[in-house]
Amino acid sequence: MRTLFDKVWTAHEVVAETPDTPAVLYIDLHLIHEVTSPQAFSVLKKLGLPVRRPDRTLATMDHSTPTSTEQVFGNVPIRVDAAAKQVRQLEQNAAAFGVELFGMRDARRGIVHVISPELGATQPGMTVVCGDSHTSTHGAFGALAFGIGTTEVGHVFATQSLLQRKPKTFAVNVEGRLPPGVTAKDLILAVIGKIGVSGGTGHVFEYRGSAIRALSMDERMTVCNMSIEAGARAGMIAPDDTTFAYLKPKPRAPQGAKWDDAVARWRTLATDPGASFDASVDIDAATLEPMITYGTNPGMVLPIGGAIPNTVGDAAFDKALEYMGFHGGEVMLGKPVDVVFIGSCTNGRLVDMQAAAHILKGRKVAPGVRLLIVPGSQETKREAEAAGYADIFKAAGADWRESGCSMCLGMNGDTVAAGQYSISTSNRNFEGRQGVGARTLLVSPFTAAASAVRGRITDPREML
Amino acid sequence: MEPVIRVRSKTVVIPSTNIDTDQIIPARFLTTTVKDGLGLQLFADWRYLKDGSRNPDFVLNRPEARGAQVLVAGRNFGCGSSREHAPWALLDFGFRAVISTEIADIFRGNSLKNGLLPIVVDDSTSRWLLDHPGVEVDIDLKSATLTLPTGAAHRFPIEAFARHCLLNGIDELGFLRSRLSDIERYEAARAW
Repeated sequence: MRTLFDKVWTAHEVVAETPDTPAVLYIDLHLIHEVTSPQAFSVLKKLGLPVRRPDRTLATMDHSTPTSTEQVFGNVPIRVDAAAKQVRQLEQNAAAFGVELFGMRDARRGIVHVISPELGATQPGMTVVCGDSHTSTHGAFGALAFGIGTTEVGHVFATQSLLQRKPKTFAVNVEGRLPPGVTAKDLILAVIGKIGVSGGTGHVFEYRGSAIRALSMDERMTVCNMSIEAGARAGMIAPDDTTFAYLKPKPRAPQGAKWDDAVARWRTLATDPGASFDASVDIDAATLEPMITYGTNPGMVLPIGGAIPNTVGDAAFDKALEYMGFHGGEVMLGKPVDVVFIGSCTNGRLVDMQAAAHILKGRKVAPGVRLLIVPGSQETKREAEAAGYADIFKAAGADWRESGCSMCLGMNGDTVAAGQYSISTSNRNFEGRQGVGARTLLVSPFTAAASAVRGRITDPREML
Repeated sequence: MEPVIRVRSKTVVIPSTNIDTDQIIPARFLTTTVKDGLGLQLFADWRYLKDGSRNPDFVLNRPEARGAQVLVAGRNFGCGSSREHAPWALLDFGFRAVISTEIADIFRGNSLKNGLLPIVVDDSTSRWLLDHPGVEVDIDLKSATLTLPTGAAHRFPIEAFARHCLLNGIDELGFLRSRLSDIERYEAARAW
């Protein structure tokens, strides 16, 4: 009796681990981007090595790329010089090493964790790595997907393998139905709130239960994406008919007889009944509410109608509240907001655009509030435009951009000013994450859009 | 890589818990294409004031921090982003070891690959170190022991292979490349 994780791990063991040596783990898909690859390419150049499997390597640019149309498609150069250099360097490296690159003006470009699933490059049972901690996103397909550092990017370039110790397993059981207005984002924020930001350290999550089975692929990606915010390097969901229906029309999915073979193999990946996990947590989906963070890590989170806890003698907690400009006992509802960001590898997919459009249709962004909506990929952008969402956003007064990581990490020109409150659908509310001194509150796209309309933290259930 | 065998140094204490890699090195400095020079931006938003001058209250700017190679921090150090720029920045500043009760997975792996020792200790040892900033500690990787000036010696966990590589200055890539025939065999044998 084996878990989903055990099956995928074992199938990729080139050499099993021993007490003295880690396993040599084969990597099926290596995603790279402009920020964490340059130093790894430099190692290859120094050693005179090629990228061993360019056919298993896919490059895009997303982190430091601007989202304004004139910088992406017009004649305006990228404003941040160092970012422009990074972009050029990836173009040169991809050409020199024969790696497929979705460059600045490519119609398939976007956030690395959005485009690979869109292409059908991410498939069940694979091992997927990327020099980015949100690689956990791809676990939504039943892949073992985790973030790596730049040294390991070099290891995968040179050998298509990694030295890894086998992590422990952790079952996140979510039974029941999510109430209206409560989303996958609220679910994962509730999980992080329950087990804490290091609760998953050393483990791989498997999200299980009826509430998980009921989620679409876009929603499953939101859940798996934030596994790392609970300390788990990876989070997986067993592939099922929802997974297969999503993948079937994708350009890089197996075709014809190969598709049938693949599905038959993928169906064997689910955790065997009775298989055991090293740890587990149970969540009742029916009791969940829209969630919002109030502090400087994603574990400092509350149901939206709640009040900030009063703690005594916890210096870290006090420091976080001081940074946020909040006090213990305050309620979150009704607090003013300055900036609203809808996008990122967490919530930048079509279902997220649809949720934002649902709230924003026929409404206006409150005076003085900036609403930035950034699709996760150019493909998502086209789909949102075809569905009429982009027109709704523009009519509401939102700024509709080209794809990229944008304001999630503020290294591309999209930032929040010091002291401003940003309601954001991204994944990290760390100090300064969205700009020096910026104060980030993590929420779902529903809550973000509703708060943009009112100019205050708003329970989206009032506006559905 | 230079072997790492022993670190003897005074400590610097940053007691905050959950110090994430965005604090260690903010994202706006990740536009670099090299590894060097990131020490200048280590803890940039805590270390420098709005006008760019050094924040005199931040511990790394105080004279007692000069020359310290061991950073003692609160629980769950290095959480968040996978950026290897975090250990690069700590090493470039002069740190050789980080001590906490919990160290996040990706940061720990990145540190070991660059010769920065991630040392996990129990609550009481951590408490003592947090309460006694600036003490001389002795970290011996051979015996995987942290010795405090009180004479108390604590074994710390460290992955066996990473320890072997550090002690002998072995680059893990060399080891991985020595398994290339196994990798080729694996690829040839796989039916899917």
